[in-house]
Amino acid sequence: MTHEHFDAIVVGAGPSGNAAAYTMAQRGLKVLQIERGEYAGSKNVQGAILYSDALERIIPDFREEAPLERHVIEQRIWMMDDSGHTGMHHRSDDYNEQKPNRYTIIRAQFDKWFNRCVREIGVTVLCETTVTGLIADEHRRIIGVQTDRDGDGIFADVVVLAEGVNGLIGQRSGLRKELRPEDVALAVKEMHFLPQDVIDARFNLRGEEGVVIEAMGTVTDGMIGTAFLYTNRESISVGVGCLVSEFAKSGEATPHGILDRFKAHPSVRALLEGAEIKEYAAHLIPEGGYRAVPDLVGDGWIVVGDAGHFVNAVHREGSNLAMTTGRIAGETIANVLGSCLACTRDNLQAYVTQLQETFVMKDMKKYKNVPRMLEHGGHNIMDIYPRLLNRSAQTWFRVDGRDKKSKESEILRSARQARGLTGLLGDAFRLARAWR
Amino acid sequence: MSDERVENRLFQNRYVVDVGRPHIRVRPHEVPSRELVAMTRVCPAGCYSQNEQGQVEITADGCMECGTCRVVCAKTGDIEWNYPRGGYGVLFKFG
Repeated sequence: MTHEHFDAIVVGAGPSGNAAAYTMAQRGLKVLQIERGEYAGSKNVQGAILYSDALERIIPDFREEAPLERHVIEQRIWMMDDSGHTGMHHRSDDYNEQKPNRYTIIRAQFDKWFNRCVREIGVTVLCETTVTGLIADEHRRIIGVQTDRDGDGIFADVVVLAEGVNGLIGQRSGLRKELRPEDVALAVKEMHFLPQDVIDARFNLRGEEGVVIEAMGTVTDGMIGTAFLYTNRESISVGVGCLVSEFAKSGEATPHGILDRFKAHPSVRALLEGAEIKEYAAHLIPEGGYRAVPDLVGDGWIVVGDAGHFVNAVHREGSNLAMTTGRIAGETIANVLGSCLACTRDNLQAYVTQLQETFVMKDMKKYKNVPRMLEHGGHNIMDIYPRLLNRSAQTWFRVDGRDKKSKESEILRSARQARGLTGLLGDAFRLARAWR
Repeated sequence: MSDERVENRLFQNRYVVDVGRPHIRVRPHEVPSRELVAMTRVCPAGCYSQNEQGQVEITADGCMECGTCRVVCAKTGDIEWNYPRGGYGVLFKFG
């Protein structure tokens, strides 16, 4: 291995690394993939939702073999106060289609499968090996990696950094800045196991149907964050995530305390009752948006997935951005090497140009102001509005002898009391501007 | 609110501990920084604790390798953070 030269080395075997490695091997490149876990997926954490489109463009018939849990037929979005929630539910039988659009998955199992596909198409995969640094030549071009196994290093024309959000290699090599606590969320998650028929009954599901709940509100104690609950076949993934900066400055909140609060909430408790918890996991999510995306290419290196901060926090999308950036990076490298060119910054720039044309950069740009809006008005959105909304709903739905006109006035009055007219208009304006 | 201990949760997880080679170290200090003290609360695995002298210590055996402490303490230089050697550390069954 020591003196073998590869066309490309991929650091990491998550969705972006697997997508990049698969794409390059499919196009005939000699690829080495290095993963620090015992197997691909053993270090990876996600909710997790798989978006079919991104994977279909890499492995069109993935549904035949991939370990999928349930396809999503219902989405619930909740604004929670302390005693309940108000929200939007969307469900349709149309999602029971030949090729469903979204699935719940269990990442350790899914990544293992994806990586098996990567190996089968010809990539050399080295597990239980941690990349400790990059090797540069005298012109500061990256020409290989140093691992904790091999003193001499391993060399390649290009290194694909698919090392995830907590990407030490890129940071320590000075390719990108240190993460800011404002730009990453800490998510904790538990796996709650229940018999399949119990989950079916509790969530009104049949067969392989699944439900996704995304929630926000007072459950995060005023911190900017969200909670989620996803149905798997025989388990429920339940978790919460808040910005690290919020956790760091907050007085008393602990990540597991917030998770317990969500689990004990009257809207959630009965859904989880009697479940056996089999795992507790924690992970960072890059949520800084477009402004936090680092330099993506340089001489001999390219960044994909979470390491490139590719997450659409508003839509809770990440794995699809990871796979898409991995695929396009792989295609770019194959094109460059196929034209007998070197993987210089200029030649790899085609990757960035192409991302601009896809939903990846278009969506990242669309929401580029959302993180800033949350930094300034987050408390209102996480606390005041959910309370207001739930109180208003109660005022509206309770039948107590008061006339409807008075109820309307009360709802408007409480909104004004909570934020003031200027505050309400300002919030609406800021939201509209950030959403644009 | 049920605030079940972190230790009970970690008990469900699988780890391969690299005995004698902790991947996170806290720089020796007299008085801990605000960030370091925050980690006794923010670390999702409860790895950080304060000793009787008020200094912050780490036992990284239950670490889930999220990197939160590294980000929080990046500017203070309180922590030396590396990934465990290949094959060691947390091993998620589900992730």
